[in-house]
Amino acid sequence: MTKTPEGREDSAERPGAIDARPVRHPWQWVGVVVIAILAAMLINSFVTNSKWDWSFVWRVMEYRPVLEGLVKGTIICTVASMVVGIVLGILLAIMRLSTNPVLRFVSFVYIWFFRAVPRYVLLVVLGVGVLYLYPTLDFGVPFSKELGHFIGLDDGATFYTLDVKSISSGIIVGIIGLGLSEAAYMAEIARAGLLSVDTGQEEAASALGMSRGKAMRRIILPQAMRVIVPPTGNETIAMVKDTSLLSAVPVSTELFFQANAVANSTYLVMPALMAALIWYLVVCSVLMIGQTYLERYFGRGFGSQSSNSRQGAPGRLRQLAQLGGGGK
Amino acid sequence: MTDTRDPRPLVRALNVSKHFHGVEVLKGIDLDVAPGEVVCLLGPSGSGKTTFLRCINQLETIDGGRIWVDDELLGLEEKNGRLLRLHDKRIAKQRREIGMVFQRFNLFPHKTAIANVMEAPVQVRGVDKATARAEGMALLERVGLGERSHHYPSQLSGGQQQRVAIARALAMKPKLMLFDEPTSALDPELVGEVLDVMRELADDGMTMIVVTHEIAFARDVADRVVFMDGGVEVESGPAREIIANPQHERTKSFLRRILAEQNESAVPQGGAAGPDGGEAAGQSAGAQAE
Ligand SMILES: Nc1ncnc2c1ncn2[C@@H]1O[C@H](COP(=O)(O)OP(=O)(O)O)[C@@H](O)[C@H]1O
Ligand SMILES: [Mg+2]
Repeated sequence: MTKTPEGREDSAERPGAIDARPVRHPWQWVGVVVIAILAAMLINSFVTNSKWDWSFVWRVMEYRPVLEGLVKGTIICTVASMVVGIVLGILLAIMRLSTNPVLRFVSFVYIWFFRAVPRYVLLVVLGVGVLYLYPTLDFGVPFSKELGHFIGLDDGATFYTLDVKSISSGIIVGIIGLGLSEAAYMAEIARAGLLSVDTGQEEAASALGMSRGKAMRRIILPQAMRVIVPPTGNETIAMVKDTSLLSAVPVSTELFFQANAVANSTYLVMPALMAALIWYLVVCSVLMIGQTYLERYFGRGFGSQSSNSRQGAPGRLRQLAQLGGGGK
Repeated sequence: MTDTRDPRPLVRALNVSKHFHGVEVLKGIDLDVAPGEVVCLLGPSGSGKTTFLRCINQLETIDGGRIWVDDELLGLEEKNGRLLRLHDKRIAKQRREIGMVFQRFNLFPHKTAIANVMEAPVQVRGVDKATARAEGMALLERVGLGERSHHYPSQLSGGQQQRVAIARALAMKPKLMLFDEPTSALDPELVGEVLDVMRELADDGMTMIVVTHEIAFARDVADRVVFMDGGVEVESGPAREIIANPQHERTKSFLRRILAEQNESAVPQGGAAGPDGGEAAGQSAGAQAE
């Protein structure tokens, strides 16, 4: 055998470029044809079956109470209860990992309780119970009323009294209920995230003289976010759907409740429900796109992403950071 | 210890002991390190070298003895004749004066090289960002990584990551630098570049305590070596003397083993670790080099 430095020329004993027929997958094509036929039938039915009544679906989607329900009941409630859930969940996770046994126990009991209670039941109980048990909320020195009775003072040291009836437009109760319940799940997610960060990171931070709080905020949480964000995205999407439980409180400014109301008053049940369904699809799709960007932001510096996305991303990442979408 | 050299050492450890779950890992270690001195800790795996370094940086609390750095008692204070443990905040403050370089680098993976270096000055010392950036860039230049300042750790080689880690520790302007086997996690051809940076640091007069298995480095750079085994100091003295002429049987066998291993892997150091061919000269390389 003669070795040429290039070794590129084709010859009998030195094979050249490969020009081979790719493997054929006939059954895949059969599958594609079957799916295409089914899809065509479905679209045909959408177009030809007048009972779908698409023009009415669009009108319901734009109908004011439905839109109001979408914004206040679905979107705002999702955002607010996820904020409550995430903040409280991270706190619970930090407590759960603390060296203090009391904090660990409290966190454990909280998670145990809220994971065991169904959301629907929780919302009913809160809707009924808050008003019944605590018609007013007093802000002041704890137990000052009880102590005040002994001294002869009437009001103890209450600074501010909140009339629960006035705020319980139901939505607040709904947000609290969904948020408290979410916190239990977020706590487990955040705990997994915190545990995923190498202990060397906290040691490096302390070796530089950082306090534990600062090490948590600047070093550990941002890295834990890489593990926390994907399941949190799933939780947020689940929360969008769970806002349809708000009618249990009861809350009426909510997407499904309003669509249902239209269905009941017009007897055009399917188109009205389709309107709600399409809105849920739209909101969840937008969230999924947002989740992709968040995952990319918190995945920066980790080898898991392809070099392509890293190269294309900086501009968009900066925008995202400016939006405050980060874990600040 | 009857140390006559410096009456005021930068580091003074007296009778330091530490146990984990009842197992005594450090059994009364004494060590004085003068300002500007470079001390290498040698010893077989499990002898307590890492633990001792971590005690100096208070990543572990000691169970007995005392450690002073720059005349300040670490982790404890005396009040009305009683000894009190210091609050976390005071401990964090004491740690700022001590830089630490880890075996596994422990860079912050979500931050670029320059952000890693700037983090502590900005967050801990409250230096403004522009100053911290300028100083950080100067440090990265110093370790030969000025061009890589915007790379994430995952985009750097092990040797480059360790050099960033050294720059990060230096950014806090520490009085003392601790190195825990800084080259043990590196591919052999990357060891030299890190040792070079450490050598320069030593030449610039930094006080350093270095745990290492690089015998050539210890011999050439350290003023003193301390040989540890089983949580006690077996022997210590001027680096060249101890390595060339160990007195204790345990030191002898350890050096023999280490040097044999290092010759076996027989990796040329790419000229980076200095032109000392003594390394390849057989098992008692250290002895013959003088
Ligand atoms: N956090 C810990 N918990 C329990 N044992 C430990 C811990 N850290 C170190 N040890 C033990 O202490 C001994 C000394 O360890 P180390 O200081 O890492 O030795 P070296 O760095 O010299 O190899 C070993 O036997 C090790 O198993
Ligand atoms: Mg070690």
